[in-house]
Amino acid sequence: MRKENIGLVVLLLLLIAVPFIAEMTGQLSLIRLVGQILIFGIAASSLNFILGYGGMISFGHAAFFGVGGYVVGVMYHHFDQGTAFLGIIPGTDQMLVTLPLAIVVAGLAAALVGALSLRTSGVQFIMITLAFAQMFFFLVVSLKTYGGEDGIMVRRTNDLPFLNMRDKATLYWVIVCVTAVYFLAMRRLVHSSFGAIIAGIRQNERRMAALGISTYRYKLVAFVLSGMGAGLAGALMVNFLRFASPDMMHWTRSGELMIMVILGGVGTVIGPFIGAAALVALETNIARWTEHWHLYIGLILLVVVLATKGGILGLIRKVGGRK
Amino acid sequence: MTPVLEILNLVKSFGGLVATDHVSLDVRPGEIHALIGPNGAGKSTLINQICGELQPNSGTIHLAGRDVTRLPASARVALGLGRTFQITSLLEDWSVRQNLGLAIQAREGGNMRIFDRVTRRADIWDEADALLRETPLSARFDHRVADLAHGEKKQLELLMAMAMQPRILLLDEPMAGLGHAESQMMIEALQSSRGQIPMLLVEHDMEAVFALADRISVLVYGRVIASGTAEDIRANAEVREAYLGEEDA
Amino acid sequence: MVLIVEQLLNGLQYGVTLFLLAAGLTLIFGIMGVINLAHGALYMIGAFVGTWVALQSGSFWIGLPVGLAVTAAVGVAMEVGIIRRLYARDHLDQVLATFALILIFNEAMVLIFGRRPLRTNLPEIFSGSVEIMPGLPYPIYRLFVIVVGLLVALGLYILINKTRVGMLVRAGATNRAMVQALGVDIGRLYTVVFALGALLAGLAGIMASPIVSVQVGMGEEIILATFVVVVIGGVGSVKGAFIAGLLLGMIDTMLRAFLPRVLAGFMDGSDAQALGSGVSSMGIYLMMALVLLIRPRGLFAAGA
Repeated sequence: MRKENIGLVVLLLLLIAVPFIAEMTGQLSLIRLVGQILIFGIAASSLNFILGYGGMISFGHAAFFGVGGYVVGVMYHHFDQGTAFLGIIPGTDQMLVTLPLAIVVAGLAAALVGALSLRTSGVQFIMITLAFAQMFFFLVVSLKTYGGEDGIMVRRTNDLPFLNMRDKATLYWVIVCVTAVYFLAMRRLVHSSFGAIIAGIRQNERRMAALGISTYRYKLVAFVLSGMGAGLAGALMVNFLRFASPDMMHWTRSGELMIMVILGGVGTVIGPFIGAAALVALETNIARWTEHWHLYIGLILLVVVLATKGGILGLIRKVGGRK
Repeated sequence: MTPVLEILNLVKSFGGLVATDHVSLDVRPGEIHALIGPNGAGKSTLINQICGELQPNSGTIHLAGRDVTRLPASARVALGLGRTFQITSLLEDWSVRQNLGLAIQAREGGNMRIFDRVTRRADIWDEADALLRETPLSARFDHRVADLAHGEKKQLELLMAMAMQPRILLLDEPMAGLGHAESQMMIEALQSSRGQIPMLLVEHDMEAVFALADRISVLVYGRVIASGTAEDIRANAEVREAYLGEEDA
Repeated sequence: MVLIVEQLLNGLQYGVTLFLLAAGLTLIFGIMGVINLAHGALYMIGAFVGTWVALQSGSFWIGLPVGLAVTAAVGVAMEVGIIRRLYARDHLDQVLATFALILIFNEAMVLIFGRRPLRTNLPEIFSGSVEIMPGLPYPIYRLFVIVVGLLVALGLYILINKTRVGMLVRAGATNRAMVQALGVDIGRLYTVVFALGALLAGLAGIMASPIVSVQVGMGEEIILATFVVVVIGGVGSVKGAFIAGLLLGMIDTMLRAFLPRVLAGFMDGSDAQALGSGVSSMGIYLMMALVLLIRPRGLFAAGA
């Protein structure tokens, strides 16, 4: 374990150094790039928990990402306008309020979606999670008060006491901190008693039931936890980009998160972050020399999926065994 | 003495086919009750109903006096029902030790903890190691279950079922697929728990049945046609015709 | 009253389009066990090729067969090249691989046809309307689409229930292994089924092109509704695809047409429009959620 921790500390130091590196090399877009990677990494990591560890193929994960983002957006909107949400809850631009709120609301959304979806399995589960994501998407698009199709502009990043959140680097460092805490929490979760049960359910649900485990309950808790992670990522993203859009919830966004999970290698805690880095790096680099970068992403993904022996799920099982 | 497991008038039909035809049987404390019958008699269907994987059309199932007919499978386990599978159902990618540890972990509970470290739960792993030490599986403790021989998997399932400390154990053809030496080992393993844990033993292997069973019931076309001691069953003409007769021929 | 009939007919037309797509998809998923997210891409290819050829040749009647032929060919190539490798794989792999195909096909369309939507010209016979009810002129073309759809449904019914190939298809939908054990060349059967699905999707695309916008991404728009139809109708059941397709088409169209009006009764005009349109879009998903919770396998699920 020691070596792994040293590697992580080095990585953390590198991440902290990014704003300085950006200034020195004149590559100011580096901060934006790495920040996005970290945030997507959190979202992908939360998906990995139910997908890679839990074996639940949810195509609706983007919904919770979007819900978290919209909590920030809606709260800012009301703060800016001086109005109150539903007439009772006042708006706010304080990150100490919006982040936890985003996590809670996303968790509630996940509880609702999970409670219904987890009664099914297989392709029905994939379809029903996808359907729920689309429902959230259309709901948000139809609310003109909150921008409808155009989304919400969050002109100023949420405030944190004692810090100048207008400074790009400060915001970035806050994101690094949150990511680090999230990573440690995820690692703990995976190695916990709960994590072992979830991994067992993925491998053989019948056996777990024979051991007296009410699998529905455990899967639901895992689903909620993962939704909360996605909500956190969404809230950070809206703060970072200062814009909340319904596209955050579109099912194709769920597909992107899945690609990140796959590219990074399922079943490890750092994998999704690597996958996020890979996809974002691929997109920015390929986009640089062709506007048809979607084509190349598609080709790469296709090759990765077809070339993996025993399929991605086989890879999941193999890696899961190495626990 | 109230039976540990009591099945009354159980009926299960699939469309026109009656798989379980008003079956009543019980398992008394400390006894091994064997259930035998030709292929297609409906033994698996009966087991699945007792365990909760299948819902009967009518009839009741009582576990230690409690009506469990409508309870889901995992709830029955919590009430003390243990089972082994005819075709082993284990966590193939994990090791022998991990599988056994999981069974103990499930029994112990406290599994909604999300920030503990499962490997540090000494109570679980000490017990797992202790249980393993007494069996030939201890040599393979860190091998992947997928790499085990069939007989070893069956042993592991039995070990895990025992580790759950059940009130009653349902064994679905524990001898299936075992060679002679492995069968002997399995019979010995079951003998050693005889009297402590009541068992409902579904089996084809008559040697095992006669060696282990206190009582035997015979299931033919979904009906129990006879029930009694080994001598009773051997002497029963109807049974001979339906089942043992086949064996002799 | 007139309005309701008009919208019902529109719904029927949309429903028939959904049926054409869902029939192929449900057969492919039912028989081969493959979730093909890229089915909508075939719809898009049919629309693009059919429209482009019609524009170049000046005739819809040339565009139609060429579009069908090209889509079927692409379908066969897809099956032989990629889909074949997915039969034995888990759903996750299928979802990701076909998702990749969507990305590839969409960009390929942009490369070939550019980003601007294609506009179609309807043949003379179809322009104009017919008064099917006093006070209700209805576009002839839409009637044509409905008729074609119903004819195809009839044709599929005959094919599946009265021919040998159809029997194999039905058997394959209920028990794949058994069909294989009977010595049928399963590989060829799969390719034929996939080609049939592609043909139907292409037909749907060509039929729809004068009505919807022929642009990249049209496949994604309709593929979700198609999956909902398949899930509600029951995997592997063409009858289910027919009934669920028509039902969904009509419910969706009616919701979109009348919900904003209902809401405008107690809401501000543009808000009512937006909310109405949003909730209407949710309609089919709510339906699916309901059906799945009551009948998890769909209404007419085939086989075990």
